[in-house]
Amino acid sequence: MIVVALPTHLRTLAQVDDDVALEVSGTVTQGAVLDALEAAYPVLRGTIRDQVTHKRRPFIRFFACRRDLSHEPPDAPLPDAVATGAEPFMVVGAIAGG
Amino acid sequence: MSGVRLLVGTRKGAFVLTADGRRRRWEVSGPHFGGWEIYHVKGSPAEPNRLYASQTSGWFGQQVQRSDDGGRTWTPVGNTFAYDGVPGTHQWYDGTPHPWEFKRVWHFEPSPADPDTVYAGVEDAALFRTTDGGKTWEELSALRTHSTGARWQPGAGGMCLHTILLDPARTGRIFVAISAAGAFRSDDGGTSWRPINRGLKSTILPEPEAEVGHCVHRLAMNRARPGTLFMQKHWDVMRSDDGGDAWREVSGDLPTDFGFPIEVHAHEPETVYVVPIKSDSEHYPPDGKLRVYRTRTGGDEWEPLTKGLPQRDCYVNVLRDASSVDALDPCGIYVGTTGGQVYGSADAGDSWTAIVRDLPAVLSVEAQTLP
Repeated sequence: MIVVALPTHLRTLAQVDDDVALEVSGTVTQGAVLDALEAAYPVLRGTIRDQVTHKRRPFIRFFACRRDLSHEPPDAPLPDAVATGAEPFMVVGAIAGG
Repeated sequence: MSGVRLLVGTRKGAFVLTADGRRRRWEVSGPHFGGWEIYHVKGSPAEPNRLYASQTSGWFGQQVQRSDDGGRTWTPVGNTFAYDGVPGTHQWYDGTPHPWEFKRVWHFEPSPADPDTVYAGVEDAALFRTTDGGKTWEELSALRTHSTGARWQPGAGGMCLHTILLDPARTGRIFVAISAAGAFRSDDGGTSWRPINRGLKSTILPEPEAEVGHCVHRLAMNRARPGTLFMQKHWDVMRSDDGGDAWREVSGDLPTDFGFPIEVHAHEPETVYVVPIKSDSEHYPPDGKLRVYRTRTGGDEWEPLTKGLPQRDCYVNVLRDASSVDALDPCGIYVGTTGGQVYGSADAGDSWTAIVRDLPAVLSVEAQTLP
C-alpha cells in the first residue's frame, strides 16, 4: 500500500482524518499515485493537478524521503520507500502568510 | 411568518444568517468550508433550499458545493470548467496576448424556474451553465469568442464575469458584465451576444467611448421592469431604459460616483442604492463615514442613509456582490464589508443595524426571502 499525506484542506474535502492508503498497480510513479488518489477520492480532482492537462497546480509540491519531487517527470518511478509504503508521498501546500 | 436567509461568502468561509420577517434577531451558522474563499452563495428561486456555493483557493482551485437543505449540509458537485475548444488569448495588463485560463467562479445565477439549471460567471471571463444540478458545466462560448474577446483586459481583481441577470419578461434575454470588458446582452439564450456599452465614457481608456473595455462593476434591475438597468461603473452610476442599448449618467449629487455594488428596491423600480467609495486608488468611503445612498427618482438626486452605520473612522469597502435586497414589505437591504460586518436595514435603508461585526472580509451577500 502507498501512503499519501494530504494537507488539511484536502483531508477535509476528502473526509479523511489522516494519511490515506492506496493500492497502486504497476510501477509506482507520481502519476500513478495521483490517478489512484483521484479514483478513490473523486472530489480531489482538480485540487492537486489540472483535470485536463494533469499539470501540477502552482502552489502544490510533492515531497518524499526528504526530497522535493515536484519537478520530477510524472512517469518517473518514486523511491522504493514510497513504493513499499515505508515512507509517505506528501502533497504539500506552499507556505504563504503574513 | 415569512423570513429572510442571508448567504454570506467571505475570505475564510461561508455563513448563513437567518431571521424571521421582523428581521430583528438573527441566527448565525458557519463557517462552512472554513479557510476557503467563498466568492458567492446563491439559492434557487424555484427551490429555496437548493443552494450553490463557489468555494475557491489559490492552492487547491475550484470546488462547487450544493446544499438541498438550506445550507445545513453540503455536497461537492462538478468542478470541471473547461473552455470550449482552443481558448485563444485576451489582453494581459500590459496589452500583450495572454491565454484564457480558468481561475474561479465569481457568481452563480440559478434559473428562476428550474433548480437544476444554474449559470456561472467565471474568471477568466466566460459564462458556463449546468442543467443537472451542478454535476457538469458547459460553456456558452459565443460570449468569450465574440469578435471583441481578444481585446478584453483584466481589471485589478482579475478578468471576471461577475454579473448575470436573467430577464424575467423575455425568454432567452441574458445580461452579463465583465471587468474590464463591459456589459453584454444575449437575446437568444446565449447563442449570440453583443456589447451594450453605448453611452459609457471611461477616461482610463485611450478611446473613452470604446465599444468594449469599460470596467463595469455591477448591473442591477427590478424584476418588474427588466428593460430598465442600473450600472455602477468604475466611475459613474448609469441608467438604461432600453435594455442596455443606450446609457445615461445618473450620478447626480453623489459625493463620489466610484463604487462597486448597486441594488434596486424590490418593489419600487425607481429606488436605487449605491455605496460611494472615495476613489479607485483609495477604496474606502469618503470622510471615514459609511453611507449608503438612495435615490427615489431613478437617479440624479441621492440622499445619504446613515442611521446605524459608522460615521467616523470607517475605512471598509463594500465589494460588488456584497449587497442584496429581500422581497418583504418594507424591503430589506443588506451590505457586507471588507471589515467583516454585515449591516441590515428592515425599513428600506432608513435605519441600519450590524447583524454581525467580526466575520472575515465579506465577498458576497445574497438575501433569500423565505415563505
